Amino acid sequence: MSTSPVREFRRSLRRVDATSSVVEPAGFDAALADALEEPAVGAPLPFADLSLSDHPVALDPSPRELRAARTGVTGSRLGIADLGTVAVESRGGGDELTALFPERHVVVLRASDVRPDLESAFAWLAEEFDAGRDSLVFETGPSATGDMGALVQGVHGPEAIHVLVVDDE
Amino acid sequence: MSETDAGRLASLVSRARSRAARPDADADRIRRLLAEEGDQIKANTRHFNAERYDRIDEIGAERHERYRTRAREIKADAIERLPELIDRVRESVADNGGTVYIADDAADAREYVAEVSEGADAERVVKSKSMTTEEIDLNEGLEARGLDIWETDLGEFVIQVAEESPSHIVGPSLHKSREEITDLFEAQFDPEESLDSAQALTEFAREYLGERIEAADVGITGANFVLADSGSIALVTNEGNARKCASVPDTHVAVAGVEKIIPSIEELHPFAELIARSATGQAIPQYLSLLSPPVDTPAVDFDSPDEPGFGGSDAERDFHLVLVDNGRTEMREDDDLRETLYCIRCGACANSCANFQSVGGHAFGGETYTGGIATGWEAGVEGLDAAAEFNDLCTGCSRCVNACPVKIDIPWINTVVRDRINRGKDPGLEDVLVDGLVPDAEEPGTPLRKRFFGNFETVAKVGSATAPVSNTIASLTPVRRALDAGLGIDVRRELPAFQRETLVEWAEGRATVDDPERRVVLYPDVYTNYVQPERGKAAVRTLEALGCAVTVPDVGGSGRAPLSQGMIATARDKAERLAADLGDHLDAGRDVVVVEPSALAMVRREYEKLLPAATYERLDDASYEVFEYVYGLLENGAAPDALTAGDGDGVAYHSHCQQRTLGLESHTVAVLEELGYDVLTSDVECCGMAGSFGYKSEYYELSVDVGESLADQFEDTDRTVVASGTSCTDQIEALLATEARHPIRLVAP
Ligand code: SF4
Repeated sequence: MSTSPVREFRRSLRRVDATSSVVEPAGFDAALADALEEPAVGAPLPFADLSLSDHPVALDPSPRELRAARTGVTGSRLGIADLGTVAVESRGGGDELTALFPERHVVVLRASDVRPDLESAFAWLAEEFDAGRDSLVFETGPSATGDMGALVQGVHGPEAIHVLVVDDE
Repeated sequence: MSETDAGRLASLVSRARSRAARPDADADRIRRLLAEEGDQIKANTRHFNAERYDRIDEIGAERHERYRTRAREIKADAIERLPELIDRVRESVADNGGTVYIADDAADAREYVAEVSEGADAERVVKSKSMTTEEIDLNEGLEARGLDIWETDLGEFVIQVAEESPSHIVGPSLHKSREEITDLFEAQFDPEESLDSAQALTEFAREYLGERIEAADVGITGANFVLADSGSIALVTNEGNARKCASVPDTHVAVAGVEKIIPSIEELHPFAELIARSATGQAIPQYLSLLSPPVDTPAVDFDSPDEPGFGGSDAERDFHLVLVDNGRTEMREDDDLRETLYCIRCGACANSCANFQSVGGHAFGGETYTGGIATGWEAGVEGLDAAAEFNDLCTGCSRCVNACPVKIDIPWINTVVRDRINRGKDPGLEDVLVDGLVPDAEEPGTPLRKRFFGNFETVAKVGSATAPVSNTIASLTPVRRALDAGLGIDVRRELPAFQRETLVEWAEGRATVDDPERRVVLYPDVYTNYVQPERGKAAVRTLEALGCAVTVPDVGGSGRAPLSQGMIATARDKAERLAADLGDHLDAGRDVVVVEPSALAMVRREYEKLLPAATYERLDDASYEVFEYVYGLLENGAAPDALTAGDGDGVAYHSHCQQRTLGLESHTVAVLEELGYDVLTSDVECCGMAGSFGYKSEYYELSVDVGESLADQFEDTDRTVVASGTSCTDQIEALLATEARHPIRLVAP
């Protein structure tokens, strides 16, 4: 059972109806350009070497831009391999809003941040809480409801999720 | 039937009739809900239930069990330390910059939320799903103060528009079909385009509610968990609405029962594993939100649509955590209701309940809460009257016990509340119920009908002593009418036929195996002894063929019948007597073998509540279901060729609900297969008969509706139908018009 965490992560993402791609750091810009559907909004990525600034992504958007955006880009410091879960953190850059309003959520995540399961994710979470970073959302697949008589994806949150895994290992 | 017995029966019936106990209204209501909501409820709850089993299989029963054990420990500890944890939450939320308010009751909570809203100059409030706000009638409270309030969870939105109450803890609108929602929305909103698909309805609701969220001044959420150390709340949703309600407006009010507090993030882990798997059969919900408000996410000011920085609002975020007591402190001090506070409101007890699957929460629920645990919540929060409305719908089948992620003994809570309702008195007052049919000795308040069913052993004794005349008399139309009118025993049900020779009488003085491998007491439960002695004889022959010396002692009932009527004192009395009687046999090195699963479950499960620990443990260790025992004998080298082999014969087997809860279905299947039978098993949770339940007039149609699911599974089979419980065989025979026997009768030599 020694599949790499990223492979398992991607398999889980497929299972929860999310798509994914893996790129070397050098290929990040091209891959992100592929993943975007414009107009796009974004929250600053929490990684020193990766940035949204060369892309047509509005940071600190106005409410009108937020409402009109088709894609929202956020960075995540956690992936859970066996669930296909990513973390959306509460930050001043508005990650939560960016991940929630547009119909498409693009998540940028480093391969080294993929953890095997919920248990290891909670170990990480405990450290985060200790460091005072204690507001975030575990997001698993597109938002969904069965309340209208059949399963529908895309309710108050996105109907499509794409995870861009940057292979930093 | 002797003159005195007949006189007793007549007096019983006339007294009961004079009480006018006949609940016609109940029957009508159940009939209407079966027709109007049954199909929808059935499809949805069974889907959730099946998904739950699948997801648990995926991670393995053992791992799931580990989380359940841990979750229960955490809840037990947290409720024990509740006052201290409340203090901790006050501190941590204040340190974060928020406010905690402890609301004593519903009115107090409503008033506080209204004041906060008014303080924020709010006109519009948006909400995400919260049962606690339903409990305190928050929407009505805020509307009365002139606020415009919107539910953003789509299920709650449907209910809000329809002006109905939730029919399920998790899926408030799951009694409604897509077509009904289309009709409802088209009539209410008059949209330009037809809303004739789930997709169209969802899009409409997203737009409609999206506008309301954008214009909201206050967002109200519940909290599935509150973390004391960090002052965080955890929210479980699939739609993403909770996060929007919490982060778009700058004022966030979270309303939760005080019981939702756990110590820290570390304790959240097992619940994160359990909650969605138990609720809807998802490994994890789409959104598990952890918020330690006020959050860093900027509030969005849609009034400044072109300002960057989300509208550039410089308003400070304001956060209020309203912890609602509303009876919970008293529940915490109540030894029997306390466990209710461990509930994480996953709805698994509703989804796994055969009666709920048929009739839903509009029958099986009170003011706010629905399903198995609703009895505990309603009794604690609203009082016994609210619980009394639906408490009898729990048959004690116990299928929810294994489903519950925090291992609450839900049937026990139902039984205790039933007992309190029977007494019509405040809890804690000591009362003694007198065992017997004598109406004069009756506990004030205890309905005679409950006493009748609760004393089934006495009825059986009299019936058997006078059989077959008693059976003939009981089947006479005027008698059946009298039983129906007086005791609410439905005329459409065939009554159990009592046998003249009981199992105990048959076994008396009978020679058994010399020099046995093991010594066994075959327990003559009331059904096996008086109604179905043949299965008892088959059990004796089987055990003897496998080298056991078998005794059938003249001992009393297990107490199952009185317990199921909520007559705990009588049940305890029976338990004590049986334990004493069987004690002598245990001393002599005998094992106790039980044919009727409901009697075995009494000894192995409920006696833990009724007897001193040591007595319970000794009996629990020494008692076996008959196939469990046969399985053990065969495993230990007994030769199966002494039994009747199957030669590939087809068997359709329905295990008994309580037997399955004890994990004992597989033994029967294994033995039958080892003997060469080809076994098909049912996968319904319960046969719907459940002892006296299916006999009661107002529940007859519900019982049949539940039973039909079982009948459907066996309908076209040419297999021999077998079932472990007396109720199950009665139900199958009634619905399939085929003979159903206990499987021991197949394999006995
Ligand atoms: S009692 Fe148990 S199964 Fe029922 S809703 Fe509560 S936690 Fe879930």
